[in-house]
Amino acid sequence: MADLVNLTINGRAIQAAPGTLVIEAAKKAGIEIPAFCYYEGYSLQAACRMCLVEVEKMPKLQTACTLPVGEGMVVRTEADPVVKARKTTLEFLLTNHPLDCPVCDKGGECELQDMVFRYGAGESRYSEIKHHVDEKQWSPVVFYDAPRCILCYRCVRVCDEGMGVGALGIVNRGVLSEIAPSHGDHLECDECGACIDICPVGALTSGTYRYQTRPWEMKHVGTICTFCGDGCKTTLGVRNEKIVRGNNRDRSGLNGEFLCVKGRYAFDFQEHPDRITSPMMKVNGKLEEVSWARALEAVSRKFSEVKAQGGMFGVVGSTRTTNEENFFLQKFARQGLGTNNIDHHRSGDIVTLVDALAGRSDALGSVQDAYLMKASLVVGADLAQEHPLLAFQLRANHRHHNSNTYTVTSGPVREDSYSAAQVRVEAGREMEGVESLREQLSKEKELLVLFGAAVKGETLRKLVSFADSLGLEKVKFICLLDYSNSRGAVDMGLLPDLGPGFKPVSEPGMALPEMMAAAELDVLWVVGANPLSRYELKSNAFVVVQEMFLTETAMRADVLLPAASAYEKNGTLTSGTGEVQKLHAAARTMGAKPDLEIMGLIAKEMKLNLGIWSPANVFDEIRKEVRGYNIPLPILATGQPAQTSPLNGRVQAAVRPDLIQSAGNTLFTSGSLGRYSKKLTSVLEYPGALYKPQY
Amino acid sequence: MTFSPELEKRFEKLLASYPAQRRKSALIPMLMYAQDETGYVTHELVLEVARRIGIPPVQVDEVVTYYSMLWRKPRGKYHVQVCTNISCLLVGGEELYEHACKKLGLGHKETSADGRFSLEEVECMGACSWAPAIQINYDFHHHVTPEKLDKLIDDLKRIQ
Amino acid sequence: MLFNEPSPLETKVLTRRFGLPNSASIETNLANGGYQSFLKAVEMTQEQIIDEVKASNLRGRGGAGFPTGMKWGFVPRQSPKPKYIVVNGDESEPGTCKDRVLIENDPHLLIEGVLIAGLAVGAKAGYIYIRGEYRYLIDIMDKAIDEAYAKGWLGRNIQGKGVDFDLYTHTGAGAYECGEESALLESLEGKRGQPRIRPPFPAVAGLYQCPTILNNVETFCAVPSILEMGGKAWADLGIPKAGGTKLTCLTGHINKGGVYELPLGFPVEKMINEVGGGIRGGRKMKAFIPGGSSCPVLKGDEAWPLTMDYDSMAKAGTMLGSGGVVIMDETTDMVKAALRIMHFYQHESCGWCIPCREGTTWLKKILTRLDRGIGTTRDIDLVGDLAKNMLGRTFCPLGDAAALPTISIVEKFRDEFETKLAKIQVAVPAMADSPLVVMR
Repeated sequence: MADLVNLTINGRAIQAAPGTLVIEAAKKAGIEIPAFCYYEGYSLQAACRMCLVEVEKMPKLQTACTLPVGEGMVVRTEADPVVKARKTTLEFLLTNHPLDCPVCDKGGECELQDMVFRYGAGESRYSEIKHHVDEKQWSPVVFYDAPRCILCYRCVRVCDEGMGVGALGIVNRGVLSEIAPSHGDHLECDECGACIDICPVGALTSGTYRYQTRPWEMKHVGTICTFCGDGCKTTLGVRNEKIVRGNNRDRSGLNGEFLCVKGRYAFDFQEHPDRITSPMMKVNGKLEEVSWARALEAVSRKFSEVKAQGGMFGVVGSTRTTNEENFFLQKFARQGLGTNNIDHHRSGDIVTLVDALAGRSDALGSVQDAYLMKASLVVGADLAQEHPLLAFQLRANHRHHNSNTYTVTSGPVREDSYSAAQVRVEAGREMEGVESLREQLSKEKELLVLFGAAVKGETLRKLVSFADSLGLEKVKFICLLDYSNSRGAVDMGLLPDLGPGFKPVSEPGMALPEMMAAAELDVLWVVGANPLSRYELKSNAFVVVQEMFLTETAMRADVLLPAASAYEKNGTLTSGTGEVQKLHAAARTMGAKPDLEIMGLIAKEMKLNLGIWSPANVFDEIRKEVRGYNIPLPILATGQPAQTSPLNGRVQAAVRPDLIQSAGNTLFTSGSLGRYSKKLTSVLEYPGALYKPQY
Repeated sequence: MTFSPELEKRFEKLLASYPAQRRKSALIPMLMYAQDETGYVTHELVLEVARRIGIPPVQVDEVVTYYSMLWRKPRGKYHVQVCTNISCLLVGGEELYEHACKKLGLGHKETSADGRFSLEEVECMGACSWAPAIQINYDFHHHVTPEKLDKLIDDLKRIQ
Repeated sequence: MLFNEPSPLETKVLTRRFGLPNSASIETNLANGGYQSFLKAVEMTQEQIIDEVKASNLRGRGGAGFPTGMKWGFVPRQSPKPKYIVVNGDESEPGTCKDRVLIENDPHLLIEGVLIAGLAVGAKAGYIYIRGEYRYLIDIMDKAIDEAYAKGWLGRNIQGKGVDFDLYTHTGAGAYECGEESALLESLEGKRGQPRIRPPFPAVAGLYQCPTILNNVETFCAVPSILEMGGKAWADLGIPKAGGTKLTCLTGHINKGGVYELPLGFPVEKMINEVGGGIRGGRKMKAFIPGGSSCPVLKGDEAWPLTMDYDSMAKAGTMLGSGGVVIMDETTDMVKAALRIMHFYQHESCGWCIPCREGTTWLKKILTRLDRGIGTTRDIDLVGDLAKNMLGRTFCPLGDAAALPTISIVEKFRDEFETKLAKIQVAVPAMADSPLVVMR
């Protein structure tokens, strides 16, 4: 390209686009210029003075984080005056730093330690008294230790610019300056912990992690958050089989380093004392602990009996179990038990969307699209509450690309603060609001439409044809779904009328409410779901439940089998936007087994041949059987999301919009599972009385 | 919070002095003028000003804790400020401050029990050519000697 | 009101109406040539106004001394954004008290200067930022603005000339840093007075990110006389490369302290001995600060032969600065002076960047010790070294302002530090052979 700027950094000829900052140009060339306050994607501060570099023909050292590249510029990033400046700046920085590294959570992964190791003075010339203030607790999950703070303002920016919350500020002046929370002595915010994650030192520490371990004593397991449908990767820090931390500092996965309160802190359900750790059977109306052998024998005997008698089965799958488990479950139901009475809790009308798009699978939006598309329309959803990653992506898109966002919602949403237009409509009348934006929207080049559960069936078809009628270059859709594998449940065929890959079945079975209402139901098999929280079971069916906790459904079980959580097993999940990612077992709970293994053992006991039940084998089968899942394995193996493209034609099925109902989770709730996270339930904002803008 | 009609009028004028989308500009003047009436910046005042301007209270906290003339604890009815910066220092500013400490029985940023006097050692107040100088509230006094300071304070003590 | 007698040696241009009865009133102002330059400017093109200012060699009177005409020329006048005029009346450089005199005695001169700047770039609104301590001046200014509105010198269609301009005062709240132009703009926007990254400079993206002319009170007050006399004639009041007059504040150990309007290039010796009536008590001058405590300190002997202008001071290794002259006689304790200066910068450091925030604090702590005679000779070196480590590496000039006087005092008056250490036997007996920190 002719318009690139030529410059020299450390003697190497480098080209960069005009306007590129020297620090970025150097990074692209593999030259690291150190910095505390500079953070890619957030506003510039030039406060830490670590990135000073020598530039020929400039009188003073320049901050590489604010200096744009110039033609013929000659930069030296490690010249003697530069190295000396860094050393002295670190010397200044350490004067009031407590140097309590031996007891600091950050010790070992601290940017200040690393910087001093690289540039710092080995001896101290400071012999005065240090300024001290006591540590403060701002919320159950956020602690602030001002003396450790180096005032890089990353936390302030990630909270304001990244999260759109703005709960942090700077108070006092000069050496007394420190970071302050939104409400004087405490925080009322998303409790997302992004401030802790981005803190280069141990100033902001996490309520779950502090004083638990030294960083090098953990193993780091990259897996997928088990809560909402956004599919964030969370890297679990595990020490002695105990999960002590959730973060995603390596920025891998589709969420980069984004995580919300659930992904970062709510892993603690995994070690909740109420976890079921032994199989149980109902004896005289009470659940009693039994051996696995006895429980499996009882289940297989009942299943075989009912199957032999031609009795009626009802199978309910999960929106949190893996694709392999879901696939195996429907295979078990259809081939092993001979029934299509299989369903799950449906939270969005993905089926109608796929049908309305009639094969245009490239019109299904991804998480990446939310960051890149030039305009977005949010219909009937409070993204910041229900889909924090997508909300984060839209905000970043606006900040970096100046994209336009339009909202059609029943109440105020966080996107209002920057959106191009906000329309308020009563729930159920979303299309009227959408129509009112026609003129503005038709001026856009691209549009990503995100819609919640209220938009389903005919309304959804209208929305699709509306967006198509705008005549834009590119239109994509995201159907918002509740849980971590809501999408996988549909794709794997946990539906009475659709098998894996949206393939219609010849004889559709009963949907969930009908199963629950059927008086002649003989067996109800529930894998990781809680239908009894919404429906009454009308029959005296034999109930088999695979579950982690004694939910309403588990309590009704005749046989209750302890299931492993998502953080205790391997497999794949499909995010709401269709990205497949891998789960990796991080910890173990004694007594519990992964659902896939439980199902395999039942099959074995019943002498059914349903194939080998290892996640890898079942996934191979999925790649062959399920349309759109023939994804490249290296992408998955390297911990990256692999985009599925589910369909290339219409869906032949009778869609039941009446069954679609979002649980309406907030940032701090997540169905039954969320109730068992002590951290999630301990924050001030739980369950949903989230702070609202007060002005 | 209710304020005097004069202050309300001042607020109205201030909020109209800046473009509609830039009302935050009125923040510091509003706090300064309100403080004259309330004595210091109370938490209640922070919330009230935040509400009137339409900003989160933490943004007001940021400002209140930055500027040295915004006080977060009560100060005296007569706030005695003695400059000891270089030009005053050279001509007895420091001695004058020490004298004021003794005279009032107060230290830096302290307020008397009866709430009538407070003392502050301040930075350059812009009276360098007529040093040493003090300010009592907003009133300047130039070429102040310990004797002159005694008289000023005694006169104020006499006012009920 | 005037706090000191004028000197017959002054060249009274900006201050010419001072001393007239009721000089702050619009009546006095108008009866004595006020607002006439504005009427002249209305008939001129924007280029002509800016050219006159350029021809005057007027340089910013706040301390940095940037050529004013050039600064005005940077404003993108064709920009669709509104343009603003902002007056820096945050006067807080120690040793400086000249803007106070200007506003107190002739507020309408400032209004006129602002109006002319508005014409030059097409601005329709202006703000006069005055430090919070100067509340009485804000009241004077508010009254003057009200008078100007009432008499049709502000507001819509000024004097039937088709010019609109609105002017407001804005109070500061106690922060030296707000004298720095970008920090002032932050403060004016209701934020902490922390400086901005520059570029962009205020001329391009200033108040509310709009093109903004931001100058010191005295700079604006000089503009009417420039248009009245013509840029060239105004420049000739001073010396080549430094036009006009400058309000100079004589402070410290001098007999007739006060604010005097002196032409640029005025000899220091004449200024001290004739205008200022000599050093107090007939003593010798030990040290001299030409323009506020941010300037490197000169030894008395270095200062005597100089003239009060930019080049002369630069050649001597210091700056003309804001016009706040500090004269220290032979009785001055230079260690205490260094401490007091550092105390000030430590107190006023906004905390934004590391070297200034931590450097001023550390230096203040060491100087506090040294002032009491506690320390070793290595501490003296350390003071100089730390100040040099701050120099040129901070976000804004405050770090330099703290470093420069410190470096110069340590270099030029090192013997005073040593004497203090040697003379005062503090109750730390092992001090001499067992320093607080082992240093190689």
